[in-house]
Amino acid sequence: MTAIQVQDLHKSFDSLHVLRGIDFEIAQGECVILLGANGCGKSTLMRCLNGLERPDRGNAYMHGTDIATADARQLCQLRRQVGVVFQQFNLVQNLSVFQNVLYGAMGEQRFGLLATLSPLANDALRERAMYCLERVSLADKAKHKCREISGGQQQRVAIARTLMQEPSVLIADEPVASLDPSAGRNVMNLLMAIVEEQRMTVLCSLHQLELASEYGDRLIGMKAGRIELDASRDTVDHQRMASLYQGDVRVDHVPTTHHERPVTASV
Amino acid sequence: MSQVKRPAAPTTPPPTRFKSPPVFAWLLIVTFLALFLQGVVATEISVERLLRGAVNLVHFIGRAFPPDPTDINTIGWAMLETMNIAVVGVTVGVLLSIPFALLSARNTTPWPWVRVMSRLMIAAMRTVPDLIWALIFVVAVGLGPMAGVLAIIMDTIGFAARFFSERIEEVHPGPSDALTATGAGRLSVIGGAILPETLASMTATSLYSVEKSIRSAVTLGLVGAGGVGVELAAAMRLFNYDEALMIILVILVVVIGFEQLSSAIRKRVI
Ligand SMILES: Nc1ncnc2c1ncn2[C@@H]1O[C@H](COP(=O)(O)OP(=O)(O)OP(=O)(O)O)[C@@H](O)[C@H]1O
Ligand SMILES: [Mg+2]
Repeated sequence: MTAIQVQDLHKSFDSLHVLRGIDFEIAQGECVILLGANGCGKSTLMRCLNGLERPDRGNAYMHGTDIATADARQLCQLRRQVGVVFQQFNLVQNLSVFQNVLYGAMGEQRFGLLATLSPLANDALRERAMYCLERVSLADKAKHKCREISGGQQQRVAIARTLMQEPSVLIADEPVASLDPSAGRNVMNLLMAIVEEQRMTVLCSLHQLELASEYGDRLIGMKAGRIELDASRDTVDHQRMASLYQGDVRVDHVPTTHHERPVTASV
Repeated sequence: MSQVKRPAAPTTPPPTRFKSPPVFAWLLIVTFLALFLQGVVATEISVERLLRGAVNLVHFIGRAFPPDPTDINTIGWAMLETMNIAVVGVTVGVLLSIPFALLSARNTTPWPWVRVMSRLMIAAMRTVPDLIWALIFVVAVGLGPMAGVLAIIMDTIGFAARFFSERIEEVHPGPSDALTATGAGRLSVIGGAILPETLASMTATSLYSVEKSIRSAVTLGLVGAGGVGVELAAAMRLFNYDEALMIILVILVVVIGFEQLSSAIRKRVI
């Protein structure tokens, strides 16, 4: 069964044509790694997949619902099924770690914020949040403010929030890009373990080619708003991946004429 | 060290060293000077009048000393009324400022035209001075503290809602996106991600509004909107300068006390 199906997806910001016709399908339970240089449109694609951005043309089906045409209620229903992990963690810095994890249940609760505020939430919900924190080994940090913990820990809190949401699809936008190599690997391992446990469908963008060749079933490579590569991970070699980062990779490309002008005079 | 290699000449020349001041700046300077000179002439500032003013001032001070504490009871109650006006007005004003700010911040407004409308309303409340609001409300609801409270509410919204909405627009969109992505509704996202990030700054602004409101509540009495200002206006009009001085001293003590308290809290919050 297909979980995500994207057909001829286009998205522009004013005159900048970012997504230029994207097509792919992801089967239920499949783990896909998305590669591509800075500014090639990965984040835009991912934001289109849960309706944070509206595509201009084409369709994006998530479990059969078309995001391009969904109304506000359908969009909320659909977003509940899609967990998102961001590069910048996107935790509410002023609040406690525990509160941020509780927020994961905001979509599923009828009373939204009121049901997920720590003083008002019911015991079952609070216990579930604590379980999620334990799963990412941060139970001892529950009472800390988010700004008091390290980047790697913040990303683990964000993962706990997603776990709390109990989605069937996970979208991770460069989840380890701002972490050091070892913290990055830890977070990646944790994310993949959780994904396996929960049998989620995954679309995860990465910048480190070494990581990309270790995780996931399939690689999708983007270049300047188009898909350049879509193949099973085992069949793609390093060279092929590296080629995604060469030439005209950005959608907002400025011509590169004189940046390697020969040097003439000497002092 | 090895030689540093440089290109012979850049293809793009560096920017010029001096810019001629724009015509607009010249226009501004000339207009300002003209207004200033005309103002000096029109207000008839003269040494002779200044001297006469100083003499009158000495005369006033002579008659005001020593301050007359016989009516301290009445003054005390009137001062309390002023504080009531300030506290009630600023509390309601700050509470009303939050919805106004949410409606007029770019990232929380439901529709752009609502934003334009509420910004216009806030601007109107801010540009009309508090004394004029008081005059209007004295006409509307009659003499007394209620007119003062309404005037303070208007003044507070005009000031606080603007700062709140600017702060709300500065909030990083990431956390709101994250909560939206869980399928949460708009109000939940605003309450869960945006308001918590603005709370500290809103508290500081609110405390500043308190200081501002106690000062304006005093003057509002001068136009009959209740409080100690009414007493002060009466004492001045009846040439009871010693009583007036007493009232001024009480105002001084209370306002300074209020400001100290509020800035102490503000420091603790930030
Ligand atoms: N909201 C927006 N408004 C205007 N332009 C945008 C917006 N979001 C993205 N863009 C532009 O779209 C282009 C693609 O951005 P996008 O973030 O999708 O790239 P990316 O592949 O995720 O890059 P990176 O690897 O740096 O995260 C960029 O040129 C960016 O400036
Ligand atoms: Mg990105």
